[in-house]
Amino acid sequence: MEPRRTSRAGVIDPKVRQVGFFTATPPPPPDPTRSSSTSPPPPLINDISPSGNSLSPVMIPPPRHPSDSLVLRRPPSSLDSNFYPPPSPTTTASAGDMSDDVIVSPPGKAGGRANLKNPQSAAASVPSGGFVTAGLVKVASSVPATGLTTVSVVNLPPGISEKAGGAVSVEVQNERPVSSKPLKEKTSKAERRALQEAQRAAKAAAKVEGSKTSIVASSNAKPTKPATPPSQKNDNVTIVAASEKKGGDRPLEKDRKKDVPHPRMQYDDKSRVEKAKRRSVVKQTEARNRVELFRHLPQYEHGTQLPDLQSKFFELDTVHPAVYKVGLRYLNGDLCGGNARCIAMLQAFQEAIKDYSTPPEKTLTRDLTAKISSYVSFFIECRPLSISMGNAIRFLKNQIAKLPITLTESEAKATIQSDIDLFINEKIIIADKVIVKHAVTKIRDGDVLLTYGSSSAVEMILLHAHELGKQFRVVVVDSRPKLEGKLLLRRLVEKGVNCTYTHINAISYILHEVTRVFLGASSVLSNGTVYSRVGTACIAMVAHAFRVPVLVCCEAYKFHERVQLDSICSNELGNPNVISKVSGREDINYLDGWANSQNLQLPNLIYDATPSDYVSMIITDYGMVPPTSVPVIVREYRREHWM
Amino acid sequence: MPDIQVLVNDFVSKLRKRKTEGSDATARLTAELLRSVISQQPTTSGGAALIEAVKSVGEQLIAANPVELAVGNIVRQVLHIIRKEDFSLVTNAVGGLKLSAEANDKEIFKEENEQNPSTAAVDGRCLLRPPLLHALHDQLPYPATACQSSALGGDSSEGKAEKSARSWKLKHDVIKAVNELIEDLNTCHEPIAEQAVELIHHNEVILTLGRSRFVLEFLKAAKEKKRSFHVFIAEGAPKYQGHVLAKELSAKGLKTTVITDSAVFAMISRVNMVVLGVHAVMANGGVIAPVGSNMVALAAKKHAVPLVVVAAVHELCSLFPQNPEVSLNEIGSPSELLSFGEFSDSMDYGIGSSSPLLNVVNPVFDYVPPELVSLFVTDAGAYNPSYIYQLIADYYSPDDLTPQKPAS
Repeated sequence: MEPRRTSRAGVIDPKVRQVGFFTATPPPPPDPTRSSSTSPPPPLINDISPSGNSLSPVMIPPPRHPSDSLVLRRPPSSLDSNFYPPPSPTTTASAGDMSDDVIVSPPGKAGGRANLKNPQSAAASVPSGGFVTAGLVKVASSVPATGLTTVSVVNLPPGISEKAGGAVSVEVQNERPVSSKPLKEKTSKAERRALQEAQRAAKAAAKVEGSKTSIVASSNAKPTKPATPPSQKNDNVTIVAASEKKGGDRPLEKDRKKDVPHPRMQYDDKSRVEKAKRRSVVKQTEARNRVELFRHLPQYEHGTQLPDLQSKFFELDTVHPAVYKVGLRYLNGDLCGGNARCIAMLQAFQEAIKDYSTPPEKTLTRDLTAKISSYVSFFIECRPLSISMGNAIRFLKNQIAKLPITLTESEAKATIQSDIDLFINEKIIIADKVIVKHAVTKIRDGDVLLTYGSSSAVEMILLHAHELGKQFRVVVVDSRPKLEGKLLLRRLVEKGVNCTYTHINAISYILHEVTRVFLGASSVLSNGTVYSRVGTACIAMVAHAFRVPVLVCCEAYKFHERVQLDSICSNELGNPNVISKVSGREDINYLDGWANSQNLQLPNLIYDATPSDYVSMIITDYGMVPPTSVPVIVREYRREHWM
Repeated sequence: MPDIQVLVNDFVSKLRKRKTEGSDATARLTAELLRSVISQQPTTSGGAALIEAVKSVGEQLIAANPVELAVGNIVRQVLHIIRKEDFSLVTNAVGGLKLSAEANDKEIFKEENEQNPSTAAVDGRCLLRPPLLHALHDQLPYPATACQSSALGGDSSEGKAEKSARSWKLKHDVIKAVNELIEDLNTCHEPIAEQAVELIHHNEVILTLGRSRFVLEFLKAAKEKKRSFHVFIAEGAPKYQGHVLAKELSAKGLKTTVITDSAVFAMISRVNMVVLGVHAVMANGGVIAPVGSNMVALAAKKHAVPLVVVAAVHELCSLFPQNPEVSLNEIGSPSELLSFGEFSDSMDYGIGSSSPLLNVVNPVFDYVPPELVSLFVTDAGAYNPSYIYQLIADYYSPDDLTPQKPAS
């Protein structure tokens, strides 16, 4: 802790770099994150960041800077617990995750450049694991200021920052770009070579096969400590590497290929479908009138498998009851919405891990990963995973793989459980709060805001803006078959928000009076495409045609490096019967018995892809970015969490 | 007369209560009503009286439902018919008069030869005359009659007889023409459907929204000509007429896919052509169409999918739209979106304040600007949106184009 404090003291004049529109000195709004916690805000943060309350709405992702190689990733080892004794003995990766867009470097000491020359010494100069570094480097190296001190501060909610032992949310970069740049590049190159060497050595030593090796190794291997215990036979060899301090984390070229997401299961591939069927717990029956265009997607009869599954509840050995319960709720559709599904899944995993015990002659990491995989495939059978869930699973598996082998089983379990807690807290709950804070600055008095369907983030924004006393009106646009907008409408009206309700067809009528469109998203893909509830693309398109700005609110954990051009290639099909029946309108029954007609098909698309041209801005927990910056966030986020 | 007034009042109240379904049926009813109005007129009345009578009834009908543009269109078409018939009769008479005056000098056998070209010329003039010259249109007959009566001044009884004979013939002709109009209204889908084969190719994927009779006939005709193609139908909330269309088309053996309106953007990338039925075609080539059409048209534009509008001539409206989303729209019942009382428990907030907290908007029509329309397929042929104003000159007389003030 000591060095960090001095480093903080060294920061004399922190500046928050604000680009674009920002509220100059806004009266500190009733902070949602703060109000949630009873403990007083730690004075530390306020000391360093007098401007902590002012938002910098556009956080410019930095140009790719060689000094990234300096970034130290705190190893998620139990070492950390020494530093933060009381609250959470097992906050692995907590600090690193906490400071989403923050980098700390010790300006009081050798200074950034000195460390660059010798990363080891930098690491050595700091108590191991004491450094919190990851995420977005917020430096505009193009700014010609000499020795510009840039500090970006995210106002951390006190609960968390306390827990993390004052995870320092200060990023200082002292640099003179002119002289330092070539030097840095050189070192990083050399370092990369060293990394490669180390990797090879590590591989040879461990004799490890496995597909995921390289991804992990690339980030973690370090020349000085290539000590990989040879006994370790893991499909993700992260454990060793993770326990070391990392030098650099730029992925190597050959590993880049492996970063490409795996192709998804294509359901028109008969042999693979057959294989998958044999393994499955849920016995799905194929829908009768399958839509030709969507042969590559799973199309099953809905509602038939539920009773069967329910009866199997007590005779299960493969699936943990908590997981089973959540799976059933996916299946019958009473659990929907990206965040809700993700949280439910993670909590189910938590339960399962709590009851887990390593079978004899197996290692925890390996067996638990396999267990999780089987749960995941059960979830997929119930309902295809959303992209956000995929990301969460990836995170969890990585955390498991990174567990130090020295931990006992109970310690390891506790670590993972707290990891999951942290993920939920930080990536979903706090991320939403940050998004709300950003988005509220975009709401002015007299605005007419349009939203579509029911997005939890948008709902929080609207309610928060209403609590702040802003005068605005909300247009809730809804569409069949889910009519989720009605639920949102009810919640808004109950809070006293002035609302207008209409259906999606009337969008061009209602848009004349609208000043902003707020949309939620299921995922944001690397090419800027917003993958969201079906109909979002229509809204965005019409809003674009009417020159109304479209703001998409999406947590960064939902970003994905996959790309998509249309809504056909990858999508999800819901129950077709809900299309033929219009709820509340018994007079419309023309399509009863549609399944008997060979010529009639009713695809019930769940998602669609909004081209990035229609999106004015994406509001995420990293700030407000244009859709072109999505790949940057994807990259930084991944580096922060999976490298 | 009184029984006519009863009929008119009946129809007016029907229009006012929005009991008529679709521009098609309304057009037919209007035409039939106007026919009976004309037939009730005393036989002695001339063209001017007929026009007055039709106008006054027309004004009542238009005022009853200003958004139902088909009513005004039919009234104008009938007026145009009367003027045309009147004009051709008068010119015939004038021509005949001249001939009879010249008969002394000239050979009688010439009469027919000369009369036919003159009427043909008049008809041609009537159709081809540029709109501005139409101003002459109804001034011409009256001087002509005046001159005629003065020429026949000495023999007034004979002139009167001839006049009444002529007005009887006028009425007869007008009723015949209106009958033809009604006949056209009943069969106007045929010429539209005939063009389907030339516009739809094998394996085409067509998207449509809601249900329109013309779209149904259009697609059916193509199917009957052994074209095999696929139809995507957006259901068209809140009326969900798309379900009806899907049932009808799938019964005909067409491959049909029903999608929700929200999936239009997702699916349009796989669509080759969008076919829309409309409520009215405006003079600038824009269309008033069922709600949601603008969204479909924009999506089609984005993906460069041609948008074909099938419309009959009676949907052709002489107005240039001015803020059509509001002025030519109708707001449907909110019960189509939210059932009554659904939100009554959460409405406590709105009670004290002046404005209610919850508004439900349910517009019926959408305006699609002409630049989003690729083609109009009408019973008079296929046209570009930019040509529509020319068609209007063919079907309406410019005297009737000025919007009439509702009878106060």
